[in-house]
Amino acid sequence: MTRQPLFAVQDLRVAFARDGEYFEAVRGIGFHVDHGEVLGIVGESGSGKSVGVLAALGLQAKTARVRGSARFQGRELIGMPRHELRQLRGSRIAMIFQDPLSSLNPVMTVGAQIAETILLHNPAVSKKQAMDRAIALLELVAIPQPDRRVAQFPHEFSGGMRQRVMIAMAVANDPDLLIADEPTTALDVTVQAQIMDVLADLQKRLNLGLILITHDLGVLAGHADRVAVVYSGEVVEEAGVDDLFKRPSHPYTRGLIASIPNMLVEKERLFSIDGAPPPLGKLPGGCAFHPRCPQAQAICSETAPVLETFGDHGVACHFGRSA
Amino acid sequence: MTALSITPIRRPSWLTLPLTIGAVIILFWLVVTVLAPVLSPYDPLEMAGRRLQAPSWAHWLGTDALGRDVLSRTLYGAFHSLPIAVIVVALSVAIGATLGAISGFIGGIIGAAIMRLVDVTLSFPPMLLAMAVAASLGPGLENAAVAMVIVWWPVYARLMRAQVLEVREREHVEAAVASGASDSRVLTKHILPLCWTPVLISATMDLGQVILLAASLSFIGLGATPPTPEWGSMISDGAAQFYSWWVALGPGLAILTIVLGFNFIGDGLHDYFDPKSK
Repeated sequence: MTRQPLFAVQDLRVAFARDGEYFEAVRGIGFHVDHGEVLGIVGESGSGKSVGVLAALGLQAKTARVRGSARFQGRELIGMPRHELRQLRGSRIAMIFQDPLSSLNPVMTVGAQIAETILLHNPAVSKKQAMDRAIALLELVAIPQPDRRVAQFPHEFSGGMRQRVMIAMAVANDPDLLIADEPTTALDVTVQAQIMDVLADLQKRLNLGLILITHDLGVLAGHADRVAVVYSGEVVEEAGVDDLFKRPSHPYTRGLIASIPNMLVEKERLFSIDGAPPPLGKLPGGCAFHPRCPQAQAICSETAPVLETFGDHGVACHFGRSA
Repeated sequence: MTALSITPIRRPSWLTLPLTIGAVIILFWLVVTVLAPVLSPYDPLEMAGRRLQAPSWAHWLGTDALGRDVLSRTLYGAFHSLPIAVIVVALSVAIGATLGAISGFIGGIIGAAIMRLVDVTLSFPPMLLAMAVAASLGPGLENAAVAMVIVWWPVYARLMRAQVLEVREREHVEAAVASGASDSRVLTKHILPLCWTPVLISATMDLGQVILLAASLSFIGLGATPPTPEWGSMISDGAAQFYSWWVALGPGLAILTIVLGFNFIGDGLHDYFDPKSK
């Protein structure tokens, strides 16, 4: 008997056309998330973590080609008609974007924007009711004086407050799945913590499935249940958050963890992984990470490792188990 | 808490000098447009005295070759210039902005086709194209107006398209799509409201330009037909009476001030909408 997860992505591939040729930015990514679960997806800029998740919701660029499977509550999203996808987006599946400064419409009051999301998916609700709900939502994300703030424009809010508005908007229709794409990257560190608390609190209260896309392992350590590490458009390691930090099995994951600044240990220089991620269309043969890998052997440049799962811990490395 | 707050009386920051001057000038001409029959001392179409009289207390701006009062004709001229200019610009914005928005939002073959049409139209000198269209339609202010719309809409199509292309890539548009908004809703609520500013500024300045173009068409006999007191044709009359300088002076000043007025307002609007230039 196989249980259906809330959201399951399998072998998702996203390719972009350049000069008539397709280059895969996401090369068979796979992950799943359940109700009440927080999945962290971590990887560096350009690793395909955002592109992959967005493509699963049909939010890819027009020039992109998407293949594979993304099932939400058992329904296949890839190839789903646009109007059906539109009904899911914003109601069952909600998104929070990286930059709260630019993700709000500058010429609409925040109340009108929240109300719009509600009205889009609930035609029966009156404008007045939607506005009342908008106020309640602002209160839910701990914005002071919500009845006054609701009539204000985004430029009257600080960055952290705007991200709260985005969160309020995202949960307006009681979604099942919330996707937060670098929700705190554009914010101050102190504000980051507040926003993560708001997000985590709502996630628990509403029993949301939450996908947290970030390049900040520190954020995940505190808030994720499971973590998928993405490199060059593939999941290279997936594990429970404690397991991942205690027993990182992929050299890339170990590199990432080693790069986190540790204030307790005095060090001359911060650790960094040598080299840069391979550009699109110039992937090395074999394991995509091998040119940067400190443990690379002959086999690494010849065959690409597949993700093998040991218990709850999956790793795509020829030496994943032994290392 | 004592009520010691003093509110100094001062100019609101949006009321800049150019905006004030422009507004005063245009307000003046608007009043003239509406009240020309009341303000004019004489009938603009009837002989009011001897031919080609120099300015005097009886005829502030003199009389023309047919003995008509130039001041009265100039004031009535506003009625034949301002409304036409507003209609031409409004129609051009309506057509141009719509096509430009479609082109920018949809893109593809339709978008490219619209922009090629824009390119072709803009590749003609505006005066030349307006002349050709007006000449083929025949004289008359209505035909001149049609000709000017044909010449003018591509400007707004290009402007609007550029705006839509820029705004459509902003994150709040993606956020709106992600929250389930349909294409038409994204366009009308999340893209277009952010695109109007430059179109509005440009349209204001173009009002002056269109008045100038209309006068130019009338000057060469392709616009207003005699005896309509239209500024361009009046200047044309004045050009024929080279030594009676006052015949062209009134309409000339009228065009000068009204173009200046609209440019000032356009400048003021630009400053108002663009905080960086303050």
